[in-house]
Amino acid sequence: MILYDYVLSPSCYKVRLLASLLVAGIDLRPVDFHPGAEHHSPEFRALNPAGTIPVLKDAELVLTESGAILTYLAAVNAHEWLGHDDPEMQARVANWLAFSQRLTASAGAARLHDMLGFSGDIDALRVQATDALRELEAAIHARRRRGGIFLAADRPTIADIACFPYAALAPDGGVSLDSYPSIRLWMRAIRALPGFIEMPGIHRLHEQMPEPGPMPDVVRKESA
Amino acid sequence: MIATMQDHWYPVALASKLTRSGRDTLLLAQPIHVRAEASGAPVVTCDGRVLPVLVKFGHVWTSLGTPAGDVFDIPEAHQPGRRLVEVGSVKVRCSPLRAVENFLDIAHFPFVHTDVLGSEPHTEVERYEVEIRDDVNEVWATKVKFFQPQAARSAQGGITTEYMYRVPNPTCSVLYKTCPPRPGEWDVITIFVQPLTETTCEVWPWMALYDDDSTMTQMIHFQQLIFLQDRSILENQLPALLPLDPGQEIPTRADMLSIAYRRWLKRHGYTFGAQLVAA
Ligand SMILES: [Fe+2]
Repeated sequence: MILYDYVLSPSCYKVRLLASLLVAGIDLRPVDFHPGAEHHSPEFRALNPAGTIPVLKDAELVLTESGAILTYLAAVNAHEWLGHDDPEMQARVANWLAFSQRLTASAGAARLHDMLGFSGDIDALRVQATDALRELEAAIHARRRRGGIFLAADRPTIADIACFPYAALAPDGGVSLDSYPSIRLWMRAIRALPGFIEMPGIHRLHEQMPEPGPMPDVVRKESA
Repeated sequence: MIATMQDHWYPVALASKLTRSGRDTLLLAQPIHVRAEASGAPVVTCDGRVLPVLVKFGHVWTSLGTPAGDVFDIPEAHQPGRRLVEVGSVKVRCSPLRAVENFLDIAHFPFVHTDVLGSEPHTEVERYEVEIRDDVNEVWATKVKFFQPQAARSAQGGITTEYMYRVPNPTCSVLYKTCPPRPGEWDVITIFVQPLTETTCEVWPWMALYDDDSTMTQMIHFQQLIFLQDRSILENQLPALLPLDPGQEIPTRADMLSIAYRRWLKRHGYTFGAQLVAA
């Protein structure tokens, strides 16, 4: 399996993260998304006419939607991650996979605007991101009241992996996570999974590492 | 002669990525427009005024004032056989001077670039030398040594890496680093910072490396990964402006370069992105 990958793309990270959690080997083929815009090149468009990443290629199969890629990885490697125990769970997973596109289109677009200078109505994007995060917060809060933490089941599924990166990186687009305690607990639970890997802005759990935020040393130094 | 903030050269685009329609951006809080002519030559304007422009290290440089000379040089970067890596820009919500100061932070590798440029428990900073070189008007740190798990994409396993840091311009820094495949030469890693406002900047990392194994995209991604780790720290630093007065703080060995940089900025009256009173 070959993943056409960009190191700073949260959508590519979803695939790398799930592959790591499932101990599934994938080969990475780096795409010069920024500054090279390789995803707009004729060669890349021949692979994926939409010119988007990630793309997963497995022999003749070419998948260009991250939800489909996560589904395929789980179906091949670890069926329980699909969340197909019963019709309700299966539908919940499908719902969250679709919902994750709202996070991509809002928090993700705000991040590209703020970080890489992409165009967009930043105020509108942040409002949309906040709406999506509030919905996610309410859903996780409801799961917690029933003793759970993960989105679709009592265990992590591809639903969690689909929503996690863009929620966790919302601050990159100027959207704070301070007012979402359930989201923060849920992110912690994901970061505690065996095989978890990082990307810039998403840190592993580490006793000596501060939570993302000011480094204690810097704060102490400057406020002295 | 001491240049004013207006008279310095600043990076504003990658020459290879410049288009005819160009881009609107800011320089020292002034709106500017950067574009390519039909011939490919870059043009920078500010409110109808055509600004000085030159291309160096793959970037378009401009100035709102009258620069005294050329953009500083990096002689090593001209050596044949080096791969010149145009990493592209990343916007950061931080003072442009904070972006440089973080780049100069000798102690941050194990904490910010864990398991790549540093790791615990190898957090100790060994003795090194810092000087403000009056003849060339630059800040230098030499004999900096650090244990690194993976110092570059071309590095196999952990090595003790030696560094030199150089600040040739208030918003630019050059890092010289042991070159794993070619002992005796230095890899050149830079950040060129474009000050947008006092609390926002666009950072243009650029490298001149000896590396015959990695693809260009792999080298770009490695450096973007590293810089994005810095970005998440930079956006949370307080106070937002860089204090030029050391105030009450008791410096550690790792802070010596930062203190020299701040002192040098103060001597130049470089206050854009700085605060003069201790917080
Ligand atoms: Fe760094």
